[in-house]
Amino acid sequence: MIKHQFDVVIVGAGGAGLRAAVEIPEGNTCAVISKVFPTRSHTGAAQGGVGAALGNEEEDSWEWHMFDTVKGSDYLGDQDAIEIMTQDAVRAIIELEHMGLPFSRTPDGKIAQRRFGGHTRPENPADPDSKRIAVKRSCYSADRTGHVMLHTLYENALKKHVQFFSEFFVTDLIVQNNVCSGVVAFDIATSEIHVFHAKAVMLATGGYGRVYRITSNAHVGTGDGFALVYNNGLPLEDMEFVQFHPTGLWKLGILISEAARGEGGILLNNKGERFMERYAPTVKDLAPRDMVSRAILTEIKEGRGFKGSDGTYYVQLDLTKLPREVLVEKLPEITGFARTYLGVEPEKEPIPVQPTAHYAMGGIPTTVDAEVIYNEKNAKVQGLYAAGEVACVSVHGANRLGTNSLLDLVVFGRRGGKAITEFIKNADFAPLPKDAADKTSETISRIMNSTGSEKVSALRTEMQEKMMDKVGIFRKEEDLKDMIEEIKDLKERYKNIKIDDRGKVFNTDLMEAIELGNLIDTAEAITYSALNRTESRGAHSREDFPSRDDKNWLKHSLIFKNENGKAPRITHKPVVITRFQPKERKY
Amino acid sequence: MKVTLRIQRYNPEKDSEPYYQDFTLEVQDDRERILDLLNQVKWNFDGTLTFRRSCAHGVCGSDGIRINGRNRLACSVLLRDVNYKKPIVIEPLPAMPIIKDLVVDMSDFYKKYEAVKPYLINNSPPPEHERLQKNEDAEKLFEAAKCILCACCTTSCPSTWSNNNYIGPAALLKAYRFVFDTRDEAANERLDIVDNPDGLWRCHTIFNCVEACPKEINITWHISQLKKAAVERET
Repeated sequence: MIKHQFDVVIVGAGGAGLRAAVEIPEGNTCAVISKVFPTRSHTGAAQGGVGAALGNEEEDSWEWHMFDTVKGSDYLGDQDAIEIMTQDAVRAIIELEHMGLPFSRTPDGKIAQRRFGGHTRPENPADPDSKRIAVKRSCYSADRTGHVMLHTLYENALKKHVQFFSEFFVTDLIVQNNVCSGVVAFDIATSEIHVFHAKAVMLATGGYGRVYRITSNAHVGTGDGFALVYNNGLPLEDMEFVQFHPTGLWKLGILISEAARGEGGILLNNKGERFMERYAPTVKDLAPRDMVSRAILTEIKEGRGFKGSDGTYYVQLDLTKLPREVLVEKLPEITGFARTYLGVEPEKEPIPVQPTAHYAMGGIPTTVDAEVIYNEKNAKVQGLYAAGEVACVSVHGANRLGTNSLLDLVVFGRRGGKAITEFIKNADFAPLPKDAADKTSETISRIMNSTGSEKVSALRTEMQEKMMDKVGIFRKEEDLKDMIEEIKDLKERYKNIKIDDRGKVFNTDLMEAIELGNLIDTAEAITYSALNRTESRGAHSREDFPSRDDKNWLKHSLIFKNENGKAPRITHKPVVITRFQPKERKY
Repeated sequence: MKVTLRIQRYNPEKDSEPYYQDFTLEVQDDRERILDLLNQVKWNFDGTLTFRRSCAHGVCGSDGIRINGRNRLACSVLLRDVNYKKPIVIEPLPAMPIIKDLVVDMSDFYKKYEAVKPYLINNSPPPEHERLQKNEDAEKLFEAAKCILCACCTTSCPSTWSNNNYIGPAALLKAYRFVFDTRDEAANERLDIVDNPDGLWRCHTIFNCVEACPKEINITWHISQLKKAAVERET
């Protein structure tokens, strides 16, 4: 075992982790631990842009952005946090530009902006109550905004002499009596266990898309950070809210950015109808993602989908009416994906798309300064922070708007970095328990020496298919209860898994086994939270409770793991409402 | 249909040198990615098969490997893009030390990338708003900024094979990305780093890098622009 001591340890090298690292001043030691080389992180897959009311293309205001985010969240987002994010957005984007991010530009050399789902302005800016129409708010770099953001942040972290531990897999969080003193990891190249003793730890480990069979998420999106806190007795917030992006490439789930519709693409059913006109008469194809995904499934359910060669159904995303230069200059990646993976030429024929598991609205509950909290009274875990997709501030509530995830990363990554900087000024290293690494060594040797019969890949596939069927876009009690039984079964069988690779060098077989444990724990938190919430709100649609129920459910869920096969415990905390009272959500 | 993958294997804990192992799979659709097939082998036949992968659609750059002698991303090549009537030969990227199976040690590649100071250098106080840039100037950077650091280019280059000190096309492309950024003030500093026999001038315009790049970046053209900039500043 190797021991390290750093003032700050950041787990995850995507947008949030890197932005936090950049914020830690020289003179403090800062380690960033990532299971992949930083530029492989999933932030790089974001395409369409990052939201900020710069007003470079047309009049805009951060208050409109705030309203849209609150409404998009189906009024479950905490308005104090949303206010901070949307107000800080303009500064955050300018800062990224100053850091070197190569944005697309307007004719006068400013950062270019495009339309995106759910982002609106009053048709008559002088009359805030006038009809809301789509606004150009998404700041972009062609359709590679996440890629250039990830690279820019990594480049700026290199300048800062942050110490990177790439291809290190964090297996445990060291928390005692609500004080965090570090993490345990293993070096993938050697399987050697490393204990990182720290004054402050930030979890910025990204999402859990791989819980589902069809997902836009990378293979690395295995819910590691969610499982780390859940297994240490800390709560997860609003786990029932899973975003399905409406336009995943059919069969593969690869993301086809909302920017395609922002630039004028439309969705068609098998009758050639632009069906979104019926579901969202004002903004049509630019309705928020939860509504568009539900609309697609409804079209398919009512027989207006296309049947694919594998028996699954899809609708079409039609970009054929877009000028060629828009496809070439503004949407080159996604047109390339359609061409490469399906042999579809988007200039000439529509792209087959279906909803794909995309984003976790829920996650580790934090304050607006990324401090992790452990109960409904917002009590803080000393020395523990979380930011990005793994965290739940909550700015996305029940449904995230496109472009707000990249924004979340840089706004709350930075705020977390600042809060950590303040905290470590006066903090000492909390004592490290002697047995800190024991749980990790036990886990590794149990898996390595197991003589069981269950295969990791078989269990994972089973879980992914069932989660897709039972805890997908539409949910009902019967299905959720089935899934809970399935999860109990999976957890039993997981104890009996066996791997082929017993070596110490780059053992990805072992890693996939540990990741599967994280996925199952995450699936458990999602499913129990979904069963508990007997209403429909944002991305959580209960067929048996089809309406939003503000009287009983305008509140966050906090789920705590219970050991020994007992059901998790769920409590609630109030939503912060400041400027906008809940209203019916129509577009 | 049946498809055979002939995969180069090497486990440093067991093997004295690499060898090839065949895996024959039943495949339904010729649109399967090579990465899907590698996963099938790992998940159904041999869990010890080791390779890197993450996004699975060509944006993260993890799974650069050699497929039938060409450097490619496993997730961007479909079965129908190769001749699958014969065994498909899968090897690690060349010219880098093998850690295990298809996983190579990329530390030297990253070191050379870091050597060109791959970050914007501008010591003038920034304006309150964004630094203005013409769209045509921004677009000059976009092709280079597409780079995903997969190392397909650098390891395809004969100049790399014959000379360990050559900085390689990926690092030069990154130098271009900043030298030609109108917001950057360190073009000279960066040109100093690459304007030498093991830098720019080791590029003999062989174009292997262009062939290899999964993001279709014309790397040789970008290097030629750097060469021009280096020559022009000397006169």
